[in-house]
Amino acid sequence: MAEIDRTGERPGPEDRPVSAARLVATLYGSRLRSQATFRTSFLADLLGQVLVVGTEFLELWVILTQVGTLGGMTLPQVAVVYGLGALAFGIGDMFFGEIDGLSAQIRSGRLETLLIRPVPLLLQISSLDLSLRRIGRIVVGLAMYATALGISGFSPTPALLLLAVLAPLAGALIFGALFTMAGALQFWLVDGREFANAFTYGGNYVATTPGAVFALPMRAFFTFVIPATLIAYAPTLALLDLPGPALVPAWAGWIGLPVALLAWCLAMALWRAGVRRYTGAGG
Amino acid sequence: MSAHGRIAAAAFRQHSTYRMATAAGVFTNTVFGFIRASIMFAAISTAGGELGGYTMLQAATYVWLGQALLAPIEAFGTREVSQRVHQGDIAVDLLRPTDLLTLYYAQKLGRAGFLVLARGVPPLMVGALVTGLSLPENPLSYLLGAVSLLLAITVAFLADMMVNLAAFWLVETRGLTVVYTATMNLLSGFLIPIVWFPDWLLAIARATPFPSMIQTPIDTLSGRIPPAEALGLMGVQLGWTALLAIAAWAMLRAGTRSLEVQGG
Repeated sequence: MAEIDRTGERPGPEDRPVSAARLVATLYGSRLRSQATFRTSFLADLLGQVLVVGTEFLELWVILTQVGTLGGMTLPQVAVVYGLGALAFGIGDMFFGEIDGLSAQIRSGRLETLLIRPVPLLLQISSLDLSLRRIGRIVVGLAMYATALGISGFSPTPALLLLAVLAPLAGALIFGALFTMAGALQFWLVDGREFANAFTYGGNYVATTPGAVFALPMRAFFTFVIPATLIAYAPTLALLDLPGPALVPAWAGWIGLPVALLAWCLAMALWRAGVRRYTGAGG
Repeated sequence: MSAHGRIAAAAFRQHSTYRMATAAGVFTNTVFGFIRASIMFAAISTAGGELGGYTMLQAATYVWLGQALLAPIEAFGTREVSQRVHQGDIAVDLLRPTDLLTLYYAQKLGRAGFLVLARGVPPLMVGALVTGLSLPENPLSYLLGAVSLLLAITVAFLADMMVNLAAFWLVETRGLTVVYTATMNLLSGFLIPIVWFPDWLLAIARATPFPSMIQTPIDTLSGRIPPAEALGLMGVQLGWTALLAIAAWAMLRAGTRSLEVQGG
């Protein structure tokens, strides 16, 4: 999360009364504690999230009960893609999903309040309404990822084990960058919040699906413009030693981290441009 | 013009002012349409050109009609009424000289009318251009489709209203909304046609009002089922409309009786 600390044009870390890491821990910690207080509501939310993930996967499962393979993958292999994608999205959504709500802050004039605080704006917004219920998706995704890897005959080498651990984190970073870009776009398109959903939630939909099902133009778009197929599909190809379709070779499963880095560079540039453009509307 | 007519017209006009949001919604619905169509095409081509009674063209029609109906049906649920219950504003609604359920229904119809035109038609046109659509040959199917769509919007409105009215008894309804939406998305036949379900899941789906919200209007509008079969399913839609209307009304009555609003 070094990216976040670099957001604001503020004095260097040595001038701050608390360290950046301490700040992040305090902000996120307070949100977590406040939500854990309302147990019943939290449990209902959590169950709801688990159900959402369940029904999403049921869609793929029903299709695979009708046909043997989808995009060249069997049910356990599809489950690896789905589990890995859900895990990555769950982590990314938990830490950065709230940036999506920026347009509401802009419209109600609450953004000014955040801007005058001595804490980077991006960090405030992303921790503002951090939802612990999103842990539901993370837990289900992780369980499915691990189980499906076992069933589909994953034969680990040290390198592949490293990839299996790094892939969800790289994917989470890519989703985080996508959410940040989606948030930054709202400085220009206040009412057009839903535009970005096509790439954040749409990216999640593509990421949790075997990439070979997409026709070439779509596969190209969701690989080179929105790197969704590189989040779960490509790593799964590499992990299970499967051949990739055109445009998404199995070795692409290894480039998640560099892609995440590139995506964050673009996201931060866009975010800075958005914040600089913001003039406020209230008095 | 009656009060309800005016309310519906006002809701139509109100929503027609959000042009940017409408364009954004159309764009997102269309992108999701392409993703969904890709998955279904891949499954059907693996199955050898036909799967569970769906050819490629029928699957494309199913996906684009589904994307078109998403906004007018408000498949992701609304929260307005539950929030008004929690904030006590519902007391103001109850004081109005018009019945609360029909008042909100008139609003819903005005809104849905705009959403069908602005959010429904564009994805269908994109679909017609890119993947092609299989449209019904029998002109009767269009008429039945329009009626079935109206019934679907009504059933979806009533069920959503019941989820909202649960706010009379629940402190927080977000979890309930999430559970309802997830169940609805699956059992309504929005994600995949219900005839693809294994028998046990199909039986569960058919016992709920959810297929009446999406699968029935899609099947009727696309002409995938003949008019005679469509009429039977529309009878089911009518049955659910009556049942849910009574249930929603009973909930509102019970809730109103126990309602306590603080303040002056």
